[in-house]
Amino acid sequence: MNIVVCVKYVPDATADRSFDSSDNTVDREGVDGLLSELDEYAVEQALLAAEESDGEVTVLTVGPADAADAVRKALQMGAHKGVHVEDDDIAGSDAAATSLILAKALGTLEYDLVFFGMSSTDGTMGVVPTMVAERLGLPAVTYGSEISVDGSTVTVRRDGDVATETITASAPAVVSVTDQSGEPRYPSFKGIMAAKKKPVEDLTLSDLGIDPSEVGLDAAGTKVLSFAPRPPRSAGEIVTDEGDGGVKLAAFLASKKFV
Amino acid sequence: MSEILVLVDHLDGAVRKTTGELLTLARRLGTPSAVFIGSGADSAQAYLAQYGAEKVYVLDAPELTEYLVAPKAEALAQLVSDKQPAAVLIGSSAEGKEIAGRLAIKTGSGLLTDVVDVRAGGDGVETTQSVFAGNFTVEATVTKGTPIVTVKPNSVTPEEAPAAGAVEAVTVTVSDAAKTARITDSKPREATGRPELTEAAIVVSGGRGTGGDFSQVEAFADALGAAVGASRAAVDSGWYPHSFQVGQTGKTVSPQLYVANGISGAIQHRAGMQTSKTIVAVNKDEEAPIFELVDFGVVGDLKEVLPQATDEVNKRKG
Repeated sequence: MNIVVCVKYVPDATADRSFDSSDNTVDREGVDGLLSELDEYAVEQALLAAEESDGEVTVLTVGPADAADAVRKALQMGAHKGVHVEDDDIAGSDAAATSLILAKALGTLEYDLVFFGMSSTDGTMGVVPTMVAERLGLPAVTYGSEISVDGSTVTVRRDGDVATETITASAPAVVSVTDQSGEPRYPSFKGIMAAKKKPVEDLTLSDLGIDPSEVGLDAAGTKVLSFAPRPPRSAGEIVTDEGDGGVKLAAFLASKKFV
Repeated sequence: MSEILVLVDHLDGAVRKTTGELLTLARRLGTPSAVFIGSGADSAQAYLAQYGAEKVYVLDAPELTEYLVAPKAEALAQLVSDKQPAAVLIGSSAEGKEIAGRLAIKTGSGLLTDVVDVRAGGDGVETTQSVFAGNFTVEATVTKGTPIVTVKPNSVTPEEAPAAGAVEAVTVTVSDAAKTARITDSKPREATGRPELTEAAIVVSGGRGTGGDFSQVEAFADALGAAVGASRAAVDSGWYPHSFQVGQTGKTVSPQLYVANGISGAIQHRAGMQTSKTIVAVNKDEEAPIFELVDFGVVGDLKEVLPQATDEVNKRKG
């Protein structure tokens, strides 16, 4: 079974992320980037599924030159080859345009399953997997917390808001996985060395037959009008428990009419 | 007034509170029409009318609910094409966002997810979103197609505004292509007797500091009529089920009151609760970052503080 895992290079979620005031897009210069933490879970599940069937894992990303770091990390974890779509005209693309590029790139690859993380750690929309499935006419089984592949059938357990569901689909299919699906492996020293020799194909929009007017900031279906840092919360009252902490807590809640 | 479609979130006709919130927001943009997919519309109609639905479109066919979201998205796309609404509002659940994502591609429309406020702007729908773990507020608008907006629970208090709620049965065709991902089993969550986490007005959470014993957290939650949440550390340790996790990879909550107990306040957790109106924390470590967020904090052992607070709350309730 051959698997493509789609990954995103994102600004480090633990750093001070911000916006670029020239075009109101995410500032990708001022903060170090890395493979989105949530995508590591997808790489792990892709590797497990491929290992069982002696298949290959291709890691696919869309992003600027630095996004090669995200591809490399997945190759170090064990993916077999990489595809990096990079083009200046992609900058500012929204989720819909990103899904178009991914869908076109997937069209050049052979796959049974396409894995995604549940969402990126920057945009956090979580809609790209479904959008790609929609464009390719594929079923999507999303937010999988437990994934099993049996022959050409993929089954996931999803912990929904009101129920735990078992969802199944036949390959080819899109699968997105949560951070409950299993701890991602760390690259081994051998994996890090081997990754240097693994092939990475660089593609542009024209390689994929995409007109630049279909993607980028100008093609986006939404527009950020303004952004502002959330005002810092005014310093609250902090008391040290001296045997009456619970009483004071209840008194505060009563003063706010919660009791 | 232009028509606004609101997708009803319900379980066999029992409408979830988030739908009342969507209808309330939809009234700011135009005339709400509820879109009810599945069975049980009869028991939902009164609620939908009460909160301002002028029309209730009922789409009831087994293939709409036996499969994953694709058929619902197809049905909505047909309604959008027929009715030409000024916007579509959907709840920001996992399913809601998937339907919205498919609908956006089908209709060539702009999509805004996880918004916390909606209003009519000069050029159409304007929204407010809270991004980067709640550290930034973003105002945005849709520039293409029919604005599709998913709204976070608890973004607004549902307000009644009785309307006709005229039921109109709608027949849609579901393509075979949409019948590919099937729900083979669905186990309703065990009833806890507590409010649903994302809908609750008060959430009481426990983290590493509980040491694995959530009994004090649960007792305090029950005294306040609150939902119980857990940090990722507590969930990863197997102390509480994942469906109760608050944080970036769990549920995002925005209640009137959030009480964090034995939770340090790592960015992962803050992403899920930072927009709560009032924040209270109990933690042994006075340096815990959670105290930067609080309106009221107690530096102390939750095993001492919570039982005392629970007694005091119960006493005050009389």
